[in-house]
Parts: sequence; structure tokens; C-alpha cells
Amino acid sequence: MSTNNGNGADAPNRFIGKSVKRVEDKRFTTGHGRYTDDIVLPHQTYAAFVRSQYAHAKIVSVNITTAKAMPGVVAIYTGAHVAEVNGVPCGWQVNFKNGTPMKEPKHPLLVTDKARHVGDAIAIVIARSKEEAEDAAQAVEVKYEELPCEIDAFKAAQPGAPLVHDDVPNNICYDWALGNPIDEVNAAMNSASHVTTLEFVNQRLIPNAIEPRCYNASYDRIHDHYTLYTSSQNPHVIRLLMCAFVLGIPEHKVRVVSPDVGGGFGSKIFHYTEEALLTWCSKHIGRPVKWTAERSESFLTDAHGRDHITKAEMGFDNDGKIVALRVKTYANLGAYLSTFGSCVPSYLHGTLMQGLYTTPKINIDVTAVFTHTTAVDAYRGAGRPEATYVLERLMDLAAHEMKVDPVELRFKNFIPPFDGVTQPGYQTQVALQYDSGNYHGVLEKGLQMLGYDDFRKAQKEAAHNGKLLGVGFSTYIEACGIAPSSVVGSLGARAGLFEFGQVRVQPTGKVTVFTGSHSHGQGHETTFAQVVADKLGISMDDVHIVHGDTGKIGFGMGTYGSRSLAVGGTAIVKSIEKIIEKGKKIAAHLLEASADDIDFANGNFTVKGTDKSIPFANIALTAYVPHKYPDDLEPGLDFSSFYDPANFTYPFGCHIAVVEVDKETGKVTLKRFIAVDDVGNIINPMIVEGQIHGGVAQGIGQALFEGAEYDNNGQLTNASYMDYCMPRADDFPMYETATQITPCPHNPLGVKGAGEAGAIGSTPAVVNAVLDALWSGGHEVKDIRMPLTSERVWRAMQN
Amino acid sequence: MIPVAFDYQKAKTVDEAIAALSNGNSKILAGGHSLLPAMKLRMSQPSKLVDISSISALKGIKEEDGEIVIGAATTHADIASEKLIKNKLSIFAEGASMIGDVQVRNHGTIGGSLAHADPAGDWPALVLAVDATIEAQGKNGKRRIKATEFFTGLFSTALQENEIIIAIRVPIPPEGTKATYQKFSQPASRFAIVGCAVVRFPDGKTNIAFTGISDNAFRADNAEAALSAVIFLSDHYASAEYRKHLAKVYLKKALQAVV
Repeated sequence: MSTNNGNGADAPNRFIGKSVKRVEDKRFTTGHGRYTDDIVLPHQTYAAFVRSQYAHAKIVSVNITTAKAMPGVVAIYTGAHVAEVNGVPCGWQVNFKNGTPMKEPKHPLLVTDKARHVGDAIAIVIARSKEEAEDAAQAVEVKYEELPCEIDAFKAAQPGAPLVHDDVPNNICYDWALGNPIDEVNAAMNSASHVTTLEFVNQRLIPNAIEPRCYNASYDRIHDHYTLYTSSQNPHVIRLLMCAFVLGIPEHKVRVVSPDVGGGFGSKIFHYTEEALLTWCSKHIGRPVKWTAERSESFLTDAHGRDHITKAEMGFDNDGKIVALRVKTYANLGAYLSTFGSCVPSYLHGTLMQGLYTTPKINIDVTAVFTHTTAVDAYRGAGRPEATYVLERLMDLAAHEMKVDPVELRFKNFIPPFDGVTQPGYQTQVALQYDSGNYHGVLEKGLQMLGYDDFRKAQKEAAHNGKLLGVGFSTYIEACGIAPSSVVGSLGARAGLFEFGQVRVQPTGKVTVFTGSHSHGQGHETTFAQVVADKLGISMDDVHIVHGDTGKIGFGMGTYGSRSLAVGGTAIVKSIEKIIEKGKKIAAHLLEASADDIDFANGNFTVKGTDKSIPFANIALTAYVPHKYPDDLEPGLDFSSFYDPANFTYPFGCHIAVVEVDKETGKVTLKRFIAVDDVGNIINPMIVEGQIHGGVAQGIGQALFEGAEYDNNGQLTNASYMDYCMPRADDFPMYETATQITPCPHNPLGVKGAGEAGAIGSTPAVVNAVLDALWSGGHEVKDIRMPLTSERVWRAMQN
Repeated sequence: MIPVAFDYQKAKTVDEAIAALSNGNSKILAGGHSLLPAMKLRMSQPSKLVDISSISALKGIKEEDGEIVIGAATTHADIASEKLIKNKLSIFAEGASMIGDVQVRNHGTIGGSLAHADPAGDWPALVLAVDATIEAQGKNGKRRIKATEFFTGLFSTALQENEIIIAIRVPIPPEGTKATYQKFSQPASRFAIVGCAVVRFPDGKTNIAFTGISDNAFRADNAEAALSAVIFLSDHYASAEYRKHLAKVYLKKALQAVV
């Protein structure tokens, strides 16, 4: 890994490309992480919520008299108290096909008129202790008038369905389409010699971050200043949304801190009502107030993921080339628009419908629908797993229907390799331009690891012996580091999607880095330090990464969409370039040479072709003790950069699952899982592998184990770990992982992002493998609803 | 996840525990793995917990007059790893090692599990299959209840109010007895969707017991007739029809393991 890192040929990497152990793990593994719930402020109070037991009910009355008199109660607020406060905003405007803006009903901090999902917040009870708050919350008397509800996106969009918001006809937030005109796609589909059709549900998932959501808000009356500690993936964004859109308080009067955060997976991107409400309460009661979600509250109120009902058709010509793709999806948004709920099923989903294939005509049509369920928003992959699931399920099914090999079908339809430098990027039919790719490469590598020919022989033999073995493929692409701001703005984003990075060289040559990215498990303190240490030729111990505090970091857009290294890392690199440029001027002055003649490598500024050099630390000291110093240069060595990328990055890969299905019970055993991922250049292979492992576990979790189960009354019936099956280590074989490297051509590190890849690629591979196993036993099955529980697989075999 | 306020008493003897129980709405705390979650959800709101986990008389495994006697407060993990059990009552070691996960096995107790009588618990099928008796103690002294008469319905047993299980007594099976516990687990909770315990004595007599498929565990030595009379449980993970199918599959597995 000495190429393409921008360090210059004579500066070998000491850290980049190495599996450096994570510097943050010492505190995490010894119990010294400091999470929001660990923070106790003077005069701390605690909040508990009164939440709706019904999916849809008129709130007839809320009686707080008894509760208010309970021991320790400080205050109780209901919807009436905050009726004048704005609701939480949505961060992305999607327009109807006819150009009118999406429906954006108010998402109030506490409901007044009616509850729209089980868990909707009706009142907040604040007390001296958590126990007293909870006891008093139980004593708040709410009179409901239960109303009919609808949990299914398709049914909710039909005339006559119960309305979630009275002013949103048919519960439709928007309808939306992307790609080629539908007439062209229909014509191409009609010309196809074979059309594969698949109707399926991409089920609702619950993110289940191990650290529940937690907020602690305080107000300093003397300085008229708020501090909000929040378990969030993007504290600056929370501050902006809360100040400018909800509470109308000046942004400079608010500090938002996200200390150690125990997992997000997307669910902690969003600005939740509780954050704004606690901040509002802290001023009203004049004391800090903290709320930590109980696990059952997390199940009911953390934004969920996925929940699509889809019909997809793929047309092929005689030769097996794809001629058209047509997709219709009903996307469940839940009861309210969460921060990015609107863009996930549209711009983060429809734009991925090209996949890795040369499909010439594509149309994706999405109807986004409100239902009486918890809000749905981005969850690891956010739209891209759903798109990958459409395409990769269609590919294996089409191969089976056309009696061709699923691998051959892919090779036939892959976009040819392109590096994005000497060859242009690939323009898709669905708005994006891929940066660089070698799709053949990852599939070839995966097949090699699998031993494909041997597997097919073993499968035949197994079938002969009455056993069902199957293999499933998924060759995926995703889009990370969503950008540039001007483009996403034209698509409806209400935020920029750049990142901020500041590099402060201290007088002694030690370096503090302030990043707008936020680590909630990703290991930025290690990866970013590896980059900085190599670029400046210093030790990793001399680099400190600071994140998650609006009081320390100039700005930040936070961490989601696998953007930290590609966008946040690049912002840091841009600042390092400025440091080196200034350092060269200082060195030139000290060495009595021209700045153009100064080289910087291995931590030394050297006059080209001489042995005259000055170490980095001396330059740092000179910048702060500028006695002998250029006249036209400011003192100090501290630079900030805002980096707005030229394009998304496009990681891709090949995931292969091998399963055995028990004929008698339908139980699926995952025998092998092969992941070949191309995430561009790699800074820390161990961290990348860890990200792939975690993502793959979540993707397999969707295929085999996880899924929110609502009953017809809108009750979430599996809202506990006794019922909602989180995958465990003994559910998995050892993964077989490998990487291919196709550098990103448009950022200096050549990196693409690895956070979501595992969750995007793996799900269809597993489902395809189970179907392949069933097909090997002569069971003609098109689809089994995820998660593929033993009973569902068993039933599929009974037909 | 905060229970309502309650009193707590750590009992040193069984008599002390029984006396403490007679005082209002009290519950026994042993391993706490069923009771505490219910209390945290406020589904159970006892005014007092009587902790029996430190009563040494309720712990341990011994051989006595041709029986293996297991103290009610013995953990699943201790039973799974005890030599005497492995040698003379291996089905208990096998079954105990399949309960929940490591943390549950290290805390949960056999007596607690039996008294709770979860329809999907593992111990009920195991004690039924080995002809165990449950020894209980109350205000009026001790009594022994046959396992076959112990489970009376959903979460209900033959225990009377203020009675505590003190031991489980199992006649040591004769040399040559074969026994097995076959379980299809709920993947989230790892409770039994179907648990089938089979003991085949050298004379050919075969005890069969099921758990997980109906309101309470039961003996089904005449399996065909017994299964045809069962009202099968049904939930979002496994329908009644699927449970019925699995019961037959797991019965077959178990029988194949003992012939």
C-alpha cells in the first residue's frame, strides 16, 4: 500500500495501510467510555414519558393532577404546554411527480389532538430521580378514544384507509419516479424475450444500537446559554435543526455535545422530538434534565428502517442481456416524517437501480406513505440495501427461470472496468455517475474463494442424498459520501453535505485535529490519526482527534452514509496540505532557500538536492515563536478546511452465501459467507474488515432473523429481545473476506467508504442461497418473506 | 425498566423464607431471570422479594437412597457441569446446557424455572421424563409432588400459596437406560418451540415428555394419542400447525437417539 496516498514516492507509509490497533478500545474495553448517561450535572433531574398505548387514538383528556402531587415531581408538561413550539423538521424535500412539494405534517414535541403510533409521546414527567419520574408517569391519566389504524403502506394508500394526518389525502406523502420515461421502459420491456417478475416485502427492521438514545439538557441563566448532551451521530446538525427550526433560539447560545456513542446505524442521525423538548424543559425548570430511553422505548421510538412493498420486473433479450427494469415500491414512512425519511426511499434508493449492469432502460416509481407505525428513516445502507435486494434477487431468479448460470448472467451484463481517470466515469440511467469500478474482478475473486465448480458438484451430490445445499450471489454497488452540496441541494436536500476538518499544530509539534465527523464505533481516533501521522511524518501518539462537540469544532455534518473518511478525512488532508505549504515557507526562510525548493517528507523540510533540513517540530515552534520569520507570513500553524466532494464514491463487491436447509424443519444453516469488497484505498485493513463483519451480520440478520412484527391493532408484538431476534455469534460461520482495491479518482486518499457495504451486499446473497437450495430439491419457489424463519421455509417446501 | 418500589429480605433458612412469604404480596427471588424482567415491565408488582439464593440447604447435588437430589436453588450451569449428573442422569446435563445462554445458566435455578412453569421452559419436560418428584415446603411442613401432577396449566403449578420448592428428587435410572432431550429453540429467546425428552429404560418402558407446544409441559408416553389431544400454542414465530409438525419431527429425533 505505497501507491496513491499522496505522500510522495520517497515517503513510505508507516501507518496508512496497516492494521493499527484501535486507540479508543482501551477505554471502551475497560469500561471507561463516557456516554451521555454517564454525565450527571449539578441539580440533575430525570424525565419519563407518557406514551400512547394505541396506534391511533383521539386524546380526549390528560389529567396530571395526581401525578403532579407525587413525591419528587418537578414538572409535568403535556401537548398543550408546547402547542406553540414548532415540530421537528424534515431535512429533505421530495416533490410529487407533478412538481408540488411533499406533504409535511407537523411532528410535534408532544401530541395534543391524537396519537398516531404506539409510543407517540403525550406528556413528559420530570422528577428528582428516574424512579420518581417513572412512578409519576404511571399516574398520569390519559383518556383515549381509539380509532381505526393501518400499518401497511400499500393498504394505507388506498381510498378509505384511516388517515394518519387529516390533511394528507390517502396518506400519501409523495409519489416520485426516476430514470427513463415510463413509455420507453414499457416498450423495452415489451420487446424482451423473457421477463422476470418478483413481488416481495423488504421488511421493517429495528436498529437496536446497544446504547439507547439519551439526552441531558441544561440551561445557564446567567449566560443565557444551553448545553445539550446527546447520543447523536451529528451534533452540529442537531444544533442547527433544533435552534433554527424548532425552538427558535440563537445557535451561538447552544452547545451540543455527543461524547462516546454506543452505536448508531443511522438511528442517531435524526433530530428527535425528545432532544428539543428536553432543551425547552431545561430552561422552564431551570435545572438540567436527562432522559435515557428504556429498551422497550427504543423499540417503539427509534426510527426504524426499510419497510418496502415492491413489485419489480426485469426484461432480457434472447442473449440474456438486460433490456429493461421496472420497479414500483410502496415505502412506509411511519406516522411522521423523520429527518431524512423522505430521501431514503427516493434519492438513496431509486438512484441505485442501475446496479452493476448495463441496463439501458430503467424506471423506478415510489409512493411514500404515512401509516400508524413508528417513523422510518435511514438504517445502515439506507435505500441502497433495498435497491440491491431488488436487483440481486431478480438476477438469481432470472437465471433460474432462464436456466442459465447466475454467475454467467452477471458477467454478461456487468459494466466493463473503468478507472475514472484514463476512462470516464459511468453515467447511469438513474442520475448518478459511477467514479471507478472493476465489477468482474470482485466476482472472479469470490468464485475462486468459493470453488464454484466444486460447489455445484457437492450440491448435486447432496441433493442425491436428500440434503438441500444452496449458493446465493449478490454483486452490489453503493453510493457513499453523498455530495456535492449543489447537486443534493437541487434534489431537495435542505443541508449541505460537505465536511469540516481543522488541524492545529501546537508549538511543540503535537497535533490536535478537530473533525466534524463523529465516531460512534467507527474508530476515527485511529484511522484519522494514521492519516495525519503519515502525512506529517510524526508519531500517532502525537496526534489527538477531537470530535462530537460544537463548542470545540468549528462545524460538522457528522457521520452517516459511509462518509467519514472520504469526506471528513479529506477535509483533514486539505488542512494538512495548507500546514505543509506554510511550513515550507517558514523552512525556506530559516534555510535561506526558496519555498519552491523545499521538499517535505518523513517529517523533515529539506532543501532539494541538499542535506539541509529542519524537522517538523522546529517549524511548529518557529510558527509560534516567530523571531526569525518571513515578514509576509502570519504566526501560528493552524488550518481549517471545508471539503465538498466532486461526486459520491461508489464502493462495490461480491457477497456469496452457502446454506444448508433442513428438509424436515426448514431451518437454515449458514455454512459459508464470502465477502469480496472494493472500498477503494484502505487506511486500516483491520477496521475495514471489522466494518464488513458488522455490516454482514446486520445484513444476514435481515435475511434470517430480524423483523418488526406489527399486529392489525398497530401493536409492535416483538418489542423485546425475547422476541426480536438479534443475530448472535453462534449463528454465523467464520466469514471469508477479501478486498480488491480500485481507488476513488476524486479524493486525495482514494478512499470510498466501508461502513455500510456489508449490510448492503449480504442480504440478497443469503435469500438467493436458500432459494437455490430449495430449487436443488425441486421446490419451485419464487420468494420467501424475510426473515426466512424455519416455518416460512418449511411452508415454502410444502407447496 | 424500573419496577415499583418493593421490600427486600434475604432469607438465611427455608423456615425464615416461608415466614417472610406469609406477609402480603411477596415473591420468592432465586435466580430472578423470569421475575425481574416482569417486574421491570411492571407486569409483576410484588410488595416484597424474599431472596433464597443464599440458603445453602437449597443448593447442591447429592445421591441419597437411590435418588439424585438437586437443591432447588442450584443453577443450570452447576447441574450441567456436575459429575454425578453427567454419570447417572446425563439427560439433565444435556438439557441444562441448552437453556438460554451462559449468563442465564449461571443465574437461573432449577427450582425457579419449575415454580415459574413457563410453557416453553426446558426443565418441566426433563423432570417429567425422568419420573422426578418435586419436594416442597410450606407452613405445614414438607411434601412431595410427582412431576406428572405438578404442572397444572399456563404458568401454574400444584404449589400452594407460600410453598417453596426445596429439592428435585430423581430415581437413578438403571444401568442401560438411554435418554435424550431434543429441542428446537426460538432463535431470539432460545426457549423451546418444541422440547422433547425421552427416557428409555432397559425393560423397554419409554417415558416421553413435551414442552413448548401447549399451555404446560406434559407426559406423552402414548405419543400419538397425546399429540392428537393437544391444543398447540401459536405465536408470531411458530404457528400451531408448525409446532405440531415439529413435535413429530423432534419425537422421531429423540426416539432415534435412544434405540
